[in-house]
Parts: sequence; structure tokens; C-alpha cells
Amino acid sequence: MADAPQIPDETEVRARWGDFEWTPANAIKAKAYIARYPDGRQQSAVMALLDLAQRQVGAETHTQGWLPVPVIEYVAAELGMPFMRAYEVVTFYTMYNLAPVGRYHVQVCGTTPCMLRGSDDVLAACKNKGLIKGHTTPDGLFTLTEVECLGACANAPMVQINDDNYEDLDYDKTIAVLDALAAGEQPKIGPQIDRQTSCPEGGPTSLKEMVSENHDYRSAW
Amino acid sequence: MPKLTVDGVEIEVPAGATVLQACEMAGKEIPRFCYHERLSIAGNCRMCLVEVKPGPPKPQASCALPAAEGQEIRTDSLMVKKAREGVMEFLLINHPLDCPICDQGGECDLQDQSVAYGRGASRYDETKRAVTEKYMGPIVKTVMTRCIQCTRCVRFAEEVAGVPEIGAIYRGENMQITTYLEHAAKSELSGNVVDLCPVGALTAKPYAFEARPWELKKNFAIDVMDALGANIRLDSRGRQVLRALPRINDDVNEEWITDKTRHHVDGLVRRRLDKPYVRKDGKLVEATWADAFHAIAAVAATANGSVAAVAGDMLDCETMFAAKLLVQKLGGTMLEGRQTGLAYDVSSLAAVNFNTGIANIENADAILLINSNLRWEAPLINTRIRKAIKKGAKVFAVGPEFDLTYKVEWLGNDASLLGKLPDAVTEAFGKAERPAIIMGGGALAKDGAHGAALALAKSLNVVREGWNGFNVLHFAAARMGGLMLGYATDGGIKAVAAAKPKLLFALGADEVNYDLFSDSFKVFIGHHGDNGAHHADVILPGATYAEKAGTYVNLEGRVQRSEKAVFAPGDAREDWSILRALSDVLGATLPFDSFNAVRSEMAKAVPALGVEGLASYDWASPSLPTDATGEFASPIKDFYLTNAICRASPTMQRCSAELIQGEDFAEAAE
Repeated sequence: MADAPQIPDETEVRARWGDFEWTPANAIKAKAYIARYPDGRQQSAVMALLDLAQRQVGAETHTQGWLPVPVIEYVAAELGMPFMRAYEVVTFYTMYNLAPVGRYHVQVCGTTPCMLRGSDDVLAACKNKGLIKGHTTPDGLFTLTEVECLGACANAPMVQINDDNYEDLDYDKTIAVLDALAAGEQPKIGPQIDRQTSCPEGGPTSLKEMVSENHDYRSAW
Repeated sequence: MPKLTVDGVEIEVPAGATVLQACEMAGKEIPRFCYHERLSIAGNCRMCLVEVKPGPPKPQASCALPAAEGQEIRTDSLMVKKAREGVMEFLLINHPLDCPICDQGGECDLQDQSVAYGRGASRYDETKRAVTEKYMGPIVKTVMTRCIQCTRCVRFAEEVAGVPEIGAIYRGENMQITTYLEHAAKSELSGNVVDLCPVGALTAKPYAFEARPWELKKNFAIDVMDALGANIRLDSRGRQVLRALPRINDDVNEEWITDKTRHHVDGLVRRRLDKPYVRKDGKLVEATWADAFHAIAAVAATANGSVAAVAGDMLDCETMFAAKLLVQKLGGTMLEGRQTGLAYDVSSLAAVNFNTGIANIENADAILLINSNLRWEAPLINTRIRKAIKKGAKVFAVGPEFDLTYKVEWLGNDASLLGKLPDAVTEAFGKAERPAIIMGGGALAKDGAHGAALALAKSLNVVREGWNGFNVLHFAAARMGGLMLGYATDGGIKAVAAAKPKLLFALGADEVNYDLFSDSFKVFIGHHGDNGAHHADVILPGATYAEKAGTYVNLEGRVQRSEKAVFAPGDAREDWSILRALSDVLGATLPFDSFNAVRSEMAKAVPALGVEGLASYDWASPSLPTDATGEFASPIKDFYLTNAICRASPTMQRCSAELIQGEDFAEAAE
């Protein structure tokens, strides 16, 4: 994997994105992000600004957004930091896309807990829906990436699609989520089974009396 | 001053020292890859692990751990041995076994430390990681699979060179060091990352596959590419200098040298003059030494004392001294070294010296640059000023704007500004305890600018008890030595030309406008077929600085001696011996028969040149006209092509084409 960065042709990208500027709304947001840090530490806002820029690019292209080189440079220049330092940040985090992605960026977690709970099935479902790792589907709808732990191990296996998590998946549920998205519907966000966030499936397994009312357990100690 | 014990030996270390430094003070060798004395601490290679009590019961990275009172440090325990073996094994997991074809082989930290601290065998039998080569410019060749990600190059580029273009992209196993979008690192100090790289990931592109370090003969020399007088080591094999490396001298170049110093050496064997030539019917034809000498003697016989000498920028003091004696014996008086026509006043050498000192300039707290593109004129002084800025110095500048890699307040490009500086400057200088003015050599070309700067020195009070902040920055290695030997005529080279000398000795002088000397019989004693040789009537092939021992005086008046590394090619001879032989034919025999005799005669004539170290010039400010007007011009047009040697060097030509002219070589380099 360790290879030359796979980024789009620089000349083309510069021609398309060379005049990138904040939209008025985002300019206000950017200012607010920068203002969160003390004087001389404005560079700390780099991650927030890069994310904002990626979203703006996404809004312009009706995709999840990505960071063309001139946009990275625009953010770096705004914060007075060397381009290389901002570029390092962009390459470090999978949150930032170095190449264009589709409308839905499907990030399947393949780290150990998810793998043990069946992320292979999730990937198989994606594959059968025509998603190929590292590529965007021809209709420009889905981009599939296998990522490392996204911190929802209790709900493994899971995918993150754009800003939302879809958890407790199996093969069928993954297909259902992708189908719904492809049809322009919004599938249920979060666990795809009967549970609330990461609470136990089928209701509480401990402190059951607490469910309906406040219960004094002290006598049981 | 914490007291601690290292392997049972109690020592006291300065406050703020790290455990690694404490161990070194106790005489223990601590292996390391990422730690470097002159860079910030990264702590990412983990090779310097030691056992420290009190503390967690595990090995600790000594480079990033402050030494504290009462610590018990062990560098010889089983835990440390195992830790080092473990780190070494991990580092070697992804390191290719290509030492036989690696240029770093024989001088590789990873090789050495693996022998000293490694396990001897690897237990790893998976596939190794491979990384594609990165393009870093014409100087640095990369084999990134060998990289162990110590990030020394990243830190050097950001902290010392001031061009934060190198970085580490991606993360974890995929992390790779590269320049921004793989463009060339635009720094005149980029070659230093090759020295810093502890493995063979970054090697010198022009030197690739040229030689092994153990076949090279090492000689200590002084660099003549600029006036800094960087201490270098010339590595040669047979009759060819293959590379130049820095020697550590904290007073001069620390341990850096510029790319020009490092890679001009391929110019030492190209376009060389290796036979005497005499101009016959307008054409230079090969001749014997005797013919050449007699051609000169014929002119000298009728010269009647109308003899002058012009010294080039890379001359050693001995040559200049011998030529001076010869000119005097022939009845001449005119000596000049300022080839490009500068004619500043030299009645006080202190007024044209870098008085603050190279090392001391980093203590300045307010600096005014006058037409001084330090990045090209003396890149290693620029790094000192970067340090001064880190300590809080403010820098103002008058002159054409350049990117000096740090924040400069540009006041404008008009010499008259020297007479009426903005309040911000006078205020900053008023508050400063160690203010400094640095006047570029190009500023001296402007009439009245020298006087105006000296007047400023007085009004801004930069010369005070224990601190002399008035500096002139020359960029010819021969300049200060030449001035000490009297190579300055009132009115400069124009005055010499106006006197129409019958016989002109051009000593490696390639920057002179020879149209001024159309009536003179020009004898060129030099080493490269450049401007000087083109206009000469007689060419006597001389030696470059690498082919002769010599004394050089750098811009702060530091007298340094250089050794001879190789022999000059063909019939070329050391310059002093040419002058000695010629003097016989001219009937004005010079009083020495060996190099040592020249040196001791010179020391008799100018005692300061006989002692290595800083020559002292008494501060005196000559009263000069102070009204300067008009725009300053940059004296150096192309950093990589400033003298005959680098103009002959393919590497320097390539650097110039790519980094200055902006030609694209990225594809040619794959």
C-alpha cells in the first residue's frame, strides 16, 4: 500500500479548484473555528477548516466532498502554515479524501471486533452491490473504503456512510441500507436491530428495576 | 545542576540536560537515529532506550527525558540490551538488505548500530514494505524503502533551512517521507539532509555509485565558494576529488555546508586549463612553459613598471602574496581584488569586516540588512539569523525583496532610506541591547552607501562596549585576505584600467570586464577556461583550491588553512611555484623556494596571516560621504553559477536550470 500518493493530476485540479474561496456562510464559520484558539495558535484550527472545506467542495459537487490540492493550500495559507504541514494532516486522517468520492462514502470498519462480528459479510454485501474498494460506482453514488476502527465496537459490525453510522449489520441489513440510499431514502441511522444505541439487545440485562422507576438497590448490597 | 549516576558513576550535569546528554558526559555511547544535537527532539526511533530509576519499570527514551536529581541510569543492563535488540529488529523489519548496492554502505548508522547493538539475525519472514522513490531535486537521491522515518530531514528543512517542504505523509506502516507534491526542495542547504540521514534513504544524486567511503583519501580544506570559509573535508580517489563534506566548526559553519560547496567538485575536473597557452595571431595556441614565460618576459622588458595584478575570488593568500612581490619587483604598484568594480574605502579594515562574528550574530536582537540577500550571499549566516529570530530578534531590510525564509520587515529599495529610517527601526534599535547592521557586498557598489551605513552605525549606536554590530558581508573567499595584503587600489579596478598597465597579471580573475584592459598584455594564471582565459594573451595553468595548500581569511577575518587534496591535472602547477619560476625568467627572482618559505615570508610581511584564528582589526570609522540615493541592485544573479568552478560543474548547471530558471527535470529523473 505504501506507494506514491494517488492524487488527481495537479494541473487539472488547479484549473478547476484554483479559485476556491469560502462561501459567505462558511467564511463566518471558519472565522469562528479560528477564534477558538489563542493568538499564535491559529494553526490548531486546521482540522476543522479542512473538514469545512471538504464539505464545501462536497456541496459544490453533490458528493461527500474531497480536498483538491489548491483547497488544502487555501486553508494552509489562511492559517499561515506551510502547505506541507496541512498536506500531512490531510493524508494522515481517513476523514479527508484525497480524491473525489461519490454521493455516499461507505466506510466499512474491518478492524478485529467488527471482523469477528461479521464485517466480511458487510463487505461481501457491498461487493455484490457493485462497490469496489477504493473506487466509486459508475453512477457516482457510492465510494467504498475499508477503514480501521471507527469506535463503535459494541455495535459491530458497522459502516459509516457520510456522517452517519449504520450499526449491528449483517449481509441483508447492509443490502437494505444501500438499497434505501440508492433509492434516495434515508434508512434508519444507528443500530439496525432492536436496540437503543449501544444498549443491550432486547432490553436491559442488569438494573432492570431501574427501567420503569427509580429503584433503591441499597438493600441488595 | 542535577547530580545523577550513570552505570554507578556519579556525575553532575547542567540543568536542562537530557538523560542522553548525561550518559554521553559520563562517556557512555547511546545509539540513536532520530536524535541530533542541532535539531529539535523527536523521540521517535526509540533506539536510545535506557533504564532509569526512579520511573516506570520499563526502558525510557533517553533523548527526550530530562536529567533529574538523583536519577540512577543504567546503560549496560540486560533490560537495555534487550530493548536495543528489540528496537533494532523492528527497524530492520522493513529495511531492505541492499547494503551492497547502497551508497551509504560503510558510513551507515544503521549498519554500524546493527552490528553493535542488534541481534545478529532476524526472525521476520513476512514480506517487506516497499516505497516508491520520491523526487527531491537535483541534489538529493532517494531510495525511500530504506527510510526508517527518523524525520531528521523533515526537522532540518523546517528548522535550519527554513523551507518546510519536506514532510511525512500517510501514517503507520504507510508513512512516507516526501517533498510537497514531490517538487524539488528549493533550498540551497538541501544537501545537508544527505549527511543527516542515518540510513541510505537520502543520498547524494551527483555522487551516486561513485565510490565507497573506505577508498577515499580525506583532506581538510576550506571552502572558497563564498566568503564564509566553511570547513570542509575533500574526499578524493586518485587525482579526483569526489565529494566535499562539512567538518564541524561551531564558529563558522556548525556542521552544514551549502549545496554549492558540496557539489561543485565535479567542476574541478572539467574545463580545466592543463597546458600553457600563448595567443598568436589572435588565437590561443598550446605552448611550453618556457615559450609562455619568454612571451611574458618580452613584454615585461618594456613594461617599465607599468605592471598590475588582479586577484580572483577564490585565491589563497600565498598566491596573492607571491604575485604582490613579483609586481613590486617589476616596479608596479597596482593591485586589485575587487573584480566587479567596487571601489569602497579600505583605510579601515574593520569598516569592511563582519565584526560581530558569524557565531555571535545569532545573539543579535535587532538586525538591519542593507541590500543583502543572505540566502545567496552567505546561506550559513542566514541560518544564524534564523536562530537569532527564534531568540526574539527583529529584522529590517533595505534592498530588493527576497524570500529569506523568515519574517523581514522590508523598508523599501532606496539607498536614501539609510539617511531617514522609519521610526519603527530607530525605536527597535534604541531598545536593542545587541543591534547589528549587515551590509551586503552589493551595497558597497552604491556611492555613499558605505558612508551612510557607517553613519547609521554611529547614530544607532551599534558599536558599543563588548559588542560591534557593524558588519560587511563579502562573498569572495579571497576578499579579506586580499585586503590584508593590499589588493585594493584607490578607485578600484577602473583606476587600474585607467592607468593602462602594459602587463596585467590576472590571477584566476574571471569576473573582470576585460574590455577595460584591451591595451594590456594579459597573463592569466588560473585553473578554468572561463572568462579570464578567453581574454588572456598568455595562460599559465594553475591549481584550484583543492590542489594547493593555502591560507584563507573569511568574512569575519578568521585566518584558516587549507590542505592540498589532489594534484593539479596535466601541466598545471601550484600558483606560487608558477610565479616563482616566472620571476626567474623576468629577472626578478622571488625570495622563496618552497611553499613553507612563501608562507613564512607572508607571515613576516603581514603577521596576522601567520596565525590561525581571528585576526583583529581595530575599530575605526573612516569619514566618508554619506549621501546615497537610488535603488540597490542584487549583485548575485545566480546562486549556483557564481564562479569558474561551479560554472564548469554539471551539477551546478543542473541546479541553476532547475531551481533558478525553473526548468522541469522531474520526468528526466523518473
